[in-house]
Amino acid sequence: MMKKKYFLNANIIDPQNSIDELGGMIVNEEGKIEAVGKKVNSNNIPSREKYIDLKGKYIIPGIVDMRVFVGEPGFEYKENFRTLSEAALSGGVTSVVTMPNTNPIIDNVSIVDFLKRRGRDKSKINIFPTASLTKSLEGTNMTEFGLLQKKGIIGFTDGYKTIQNTRLMSRIMRSAYDLNCLVMQHVEDEELSKDGMVNDGIISTKLGLQGISELAEKIIIERDLTLLEDFNCRYHISQISTEKSLDVIKNRKDLINFTCGVSINNLSLNENDIGDFRTFLKLSPPLRTEEDRLALIKGINNDLIDVIVSDHKPEDEEQKRLTFAQASTGASGIETLLSLALELYHNESIKLNKIIKALTCNPAKILKINKGNLTIGNNADFCILDINKPWIVKKENLISKSKNTSIEGRKLQGKVTNTFVKGEELFKI
Amino acid sequence: MANHNKAIKISKKHLLGIQDLSISDVNFILSEAKQFINLNKSKNKKLDILRGKTQINLFFEPSTRTQSSFELAGKRLGADVMSMNLNNSAIKKGETLVDTAMTLNAMHPDIIVVRHQDSGASNLLSQKVNCAVLNAGDGRREHPTQALLDALTIIDRKKKIEGLKIAICGDIVHSRVARSNIYLLNMLGAEVNIIAPSNLMPKDIQKLGVNSFSDMKKGVKDCDIVMMLRLQNERMTSSFLSSNREYYEYYGLTPDKLNFAKEDALIMHPGPMNRGIEIDTKLADDINKSVIKEQVELGVAVRMACLKIFCE
Repeated sequence: MMKKKYFLNANIIDPQNSIDELGGMIVNEEGKIEAVGKKVNSNNIPSREKYIDLKGKYIIPGIVDMRVFVGEPGFEYKENFRTLSEAALSGGVTSVVTMPNTNPIIDNVSIVDFLKRRGRDKSKINIFPTASLTKSLEGTNMTEFGLLQKKGIIGFTDGYKTIQNTRLMSRIMRSAYDLNCLVMQHVEDEELSKDGMVNDGIISTKLGLQGISELAEKIIIERDLTLLEDFNCRYHISQISTEKSLDVIKNRKDLINFTCGVSINNLSLNENDIGDFRTFLKLSPPLRTEEDRLALIKGINNDLIDVIVSDHKPEDEEQKRLTFAQASTGASGIETLLSLALELYHNESIKLNKIIKALTCNPAKILKINKGNLTIGNNADFCILDINKPWIVKKENLISKSKNTSIEGRKLQGKVTNTFVKGEELFKI
Repeated sequence: MANHNKAIKISKKHLLGIQDLSISDVNFILSEAKQFINLNKSKNKKLDILRGKTQINLFFEPSTRTQSSFELAGKRLGADVMSMNLNNSAIKKGETLVDTAMTLNAMHPDIIVVRHQDSGASNLLSQKVNCAVLNAGDGRREHPTQALLDALTIIDRKKKIEGLKIAICGDIVHSRVARSNIYLLNMLGAEVNIIAPSNLMPKDIQKLGVNSFSDMKKGVKDCDIVMMLRLQNERMTSSFLSSNREYYEYYGLTPDKLNFAKEDALIMHPGPMNRGIEIDTKLADDINKSVIKEQVELGVAVRMACLKIFCE
């Protein structure tokens, strides 16, 4: 049994419980939150107990990252549960939703036990695995949503693939409706975006790379939201990247229930950052225009976008040291998610509370998990944040097994100094 | 050969694209190239400017004229030229471009001429080798020596480029020649009209400072130069056009369409030509109007100039 921990004089932010105040927190011997908020001060801790003075620092709930690719099983050389867990903890992430694009693919009940066992034994964070919507990710036959969910699958998605077949999508929604399952869709018309690598526009024209039209995203969103009118299952758009998509979402938000996420990459970078064929910025969805980026920020501010994700996709260097066309897609980002998001706070794009909300209680609510909060009685999953600490992203300092960061050399402000899961300090600078 | 007393330096180590060059770089290359035009017509064509230097031609994509032009250019300057046609053979064995580059780099070449099917391949290569890299075409992105030889051809015939109205017509979206020419002709003060069916027009091309047309007659109107491009069927992964005959009807260069251009307009084509698809066969061979053969001829001079400048 661990010792009781006392934290005092911190700025405490817990959007779920509307806490945004100076105060303290007590974590009991079982690793649960005993008290939190302004009422916790030096007067209500026993005088012989030591406390940790967090003057100038923040306590926030552990981050819930809704979109994480892990290499296990099949691609352990890119990332395994142990390295993922270490990387996540260093970024203040205590819960992750893992994508099913592994080898073998997470599409049947028998693999789920293995996955949960590995997740439990090798990682120290909370792993919430998804399963694929369709068998072998082929987009033709549904997986067993009900049985998989009973086994502990948190939601269903084909990861970086989209259900192209409209009839199948409508049937998926009906099944998900019956079984109360969460469907997460990567929104991209794959015929329209075929061979595409970057945003379709002046950059694709200049670089001579096949573009991905913003319409490819809009078409699937419109299709899915239309289908949802019929059977309003739990539906989440994994990531959007364009202003046009936001227009659609704005028009439908009052009529149907759905939620929507955005990658930190699309909030912090634009297509110009690709520069001289930087393959580490080959992403899906692609980086778009600066206008799109600003629209996405606005989308967070007016609650059209619910969640910010890292879209953590580890790729080894060999897969990136190729021509742009041949290089694999995706960037590692779980450990820089919060710090990069804080850039939006420091440059006054988004209020701190809103950023934390999109990283903690909002994803938890969508997933229907009791995480991402500092509710009394809950497991103490939280982190301590030095919001002004400057640091520079260097790939050799990254903890993740893969070093394909999209923000190499970026000067950031704000860093997690300590991360706790179930009251246990698992990361410390 | 005139002697060059002053050593004018080029601003770049590699020739990866026209985009990277300054106007003085371009003028320098063109003036050097002019020196070689007469040499190439003379009886003794051999110089020893590059004696002792090793030039590797690394061609991942099939090429006839560009490869032979570079080979000849290197040989006429006295370099040891090695041509490697990789046409995916190394890739099939699993070797990446970077690995190929490392291997070649260990042989201490002085210059590598590279053609690759992927945009940006020459940039990647240039980051991994110690010698100079000349881009002989990367995907759809750039083909700088083609644009330079086109410019030299135009200057040779029209005595200038500034103020000319130049139409580039055809498969723009897949064309590195179009992109390099747009940058170069814009830089040299021409007005550039881009003509293509919407399916073959890259997005936001106007932002490169050109006018775009889907109606060929409007696009060639009053032009001094009509540059036709090849339909790159090998790069077309899905249906872009209904048929070649319909394409010829609307976008093939025929006498009636050429009539909209200036009377003394010149016809250019980077080759290889699809006769009867992009261009009327008689027009292609019309020695009063077509400078297609001259383009090939001056190509050697331009490549000699580039090899000389970037080898030094």
